[in-house]
Amino acid sequence: MPEAGSKLWWAIGFVVLFAGLTALPHLLSYSQQEILVFLVINVLVVVSYRLLTLTGEWSLGHVVMVGVGAYASALFTKKLGVPVPVSMLCGAFIAAGIAFVLSFPLFRMKGFYFLIGSFAAGEIIRLIWKRFTDPFGGPKGIKRIPGFPDIEFGALSIDFFEPVNYYYFCIIVVGFALLILYRIERSRVGLTFHAIHWQDKLAESVGVDTFRYRMLAFIVASFFAGLAGALSAHYIGTVNPKLFDVEQMVYVLIWAIVGGTATFYGPIVGVVVLTVINEIVLRSLGVDEMRPMFYGAILILSVLFLPKGLESVVEKAKSWFGSGKNGAAAGQAAE
Amino acid sequence: MELFLQTVANATYAASYMALIAVGLVLIFGVMGVINFAHGELYMAGAYSVVYLYAGLKMPFLLAVMAGLVFVGLLGLVMERALFRPLRDNPLGGLIASIGFLLILQTVAVLGFGVRMEHVPPATQAKIFITDGVVLTVQRLIVIVATVALLGGLWAFLRKSKFGWALRACAQDPEAAALQGISLNQTARLAMFIGAALAGVAGALTAPLVPPTPTMGHAVIVTAFIIIIVGGIGSLEGAVIAAILYAFVHTFVTTFYDGVIANIVGLVLMLMVLIVRPTGLFGAKERA
Repeated sequence: MPEAGSKLWWAIGFVVLFAGLTALPHLLSYSQQEILVFLVINVLVVVSYRLLTLTGEWSLGHVVMVGVGAYASALFTKKLGVPVPVSMLCGAFIAAGIAFVLSFPLFRMKGFYFLIGSFAAGEIIRLIWKRFTDPFGGPKGIKRIPGFPDIEFGALSIDFFEPVNYYYFCIIVVGFALLILYRIERSRVGLTFHAIHWQDKLAESVGVDTFRYRMLAFIVASFFAGLAGALSAHYIGTVNPKLFDVEQMVYVLIWAIVGGTATFYGPIVGVVVLTVINEIVLRSLGVDEMRPMFYGAILILSVLFLPKGLESVVEKAKSWFGSGKNGAAAGQAAE
Repeated sequence: MELFLQTVANATYAASYMALIAVGLVLIFGVMGVINFAHGELYMAGAYSVVYLYAGLKMPFLLAVMAGLVFVGLLGLVMERALFRPLRDNPLGGLIASIGFLLILQTVAVLGFGVRMEHVPPATQAKIFITDGVVLTVQRLIVIVATVALLGGLWAFLRKSKFGWALRACAQDPEAAALQGISLNQTARLAMFIGAALAGVAGALTAPLVPPTPTMGHAVIVTAFIIIIVGGIGSLEGAVIAAILYAFVHTFVTTFYDGVIANIVGLVLMLMVLIVRPTGLFGAKERA
């Protein structure tokens, strides 16, 4: 496709996407709007998770980092009286700081050992929340976290307790975060992440400090995970250790695996498709208890039959619709 | 002193069922190269077989335990055939598929038995008084004796029988083993059956002591991970020793502080081992 044409198509695509995202909540019921808010936050969780997987490491502690952001932001507002928007950023920075500290022990390990190590580190943090009632509130967690303050513009006032308004707020924050994450991946740093994933010895031999780059990926991923946690904490108004246990981590893993992690949009496709199936199909069937089984089956089937995730389907579809050779080449590249 | 001895007795019991679980996990990892995340749920399945057969259908306890052993072993065979064999070249895929299997098993337990705790009456009320204040229930003694018997049997099987040699050959070098005419599928089936059955029998034996719930596997898999990391992944002897070590540390900290602190201590212990000696205390080098 010619360059100018493709740019035009991108522009049209963004306008359509923007319009769609703006109109979407008005087509949904109140409870669906609430789910939509969580979906937007989960997109940030899973996309930030993918940044870490770029370096080839699969963490099982990512959801705990979401929790660190949520707890920190909640505590900043409740104990120190920090205004909510500021405390959200503080929560994200605390998560990044914890990641910085944890990366010293964790990045001595690789592969499976990292997986287990990150799991252990996450469990320790979670058990600390559970054990120390002051300030973390123990198993019951922290309640009555202040919500996002209303905005008054003369006659116009925005109440962020309304899911639609909070959805718009989240869309802006998450959209901005995704843009940053996308830029990071496309930058020299992002390319270095890829290099570490595929050829870590070679990268080292040309002077890349793999430890530092792994650490950087972990810190950035945790920062945005913490931001996602803060976004949800001030919306639900309560946090507890159970919200961030390994079961939640499994769901993030499922979204990422089913979507695929080779492309930027893969995990987003995963979380959106699975949430839609979950909320529309399973809810209408009224089989709430069977939800984990459904997720388990999807996970097994996708590992067995779609090991590259839903994104590989998108790539194949592209190559079918794409023009002749060009498309076939794209399809092969995706293989 | 009495408290100390009582804690030793409790720790011995804890060490035995933990060793059963961890040895099964290590055996599966050694032969298949896959970390079975659903191992805790296999334990849970063993416990629920006893709930169904012994507490429900009033079968004799030991018969129900045997049935649980076979049933969970068969579950292991299903996992081998459906998940791990197609994913043999993809260890991460195998791990993820086992997470999927875990969710399915949990849901089956919830659908079949409900989410609440099951109560399994003890098979015997008898108690042994070691001294006046130190008690060991016979129910716990059964677990200890069964563990020693099963692990002893497994050890003899691995060392003496031809199957055992084949199994260890596959764990050491699958390709060379295959060249010697050892069937990889056959040994994989065997390892999965034994590994799963050990987890199942641990669950079955402890069902009257630990109230079964569909999510009981979570705590178990965390414990099992700690043990196999400390003991060195792939080392059966290491798993047994680490199970004893961990059980004593955990039981003593639980008795003198509390359970959550004990869990934290266990996890810290594992992190330290991972940092200082990632191959574990007894693991061989370069066998990951």
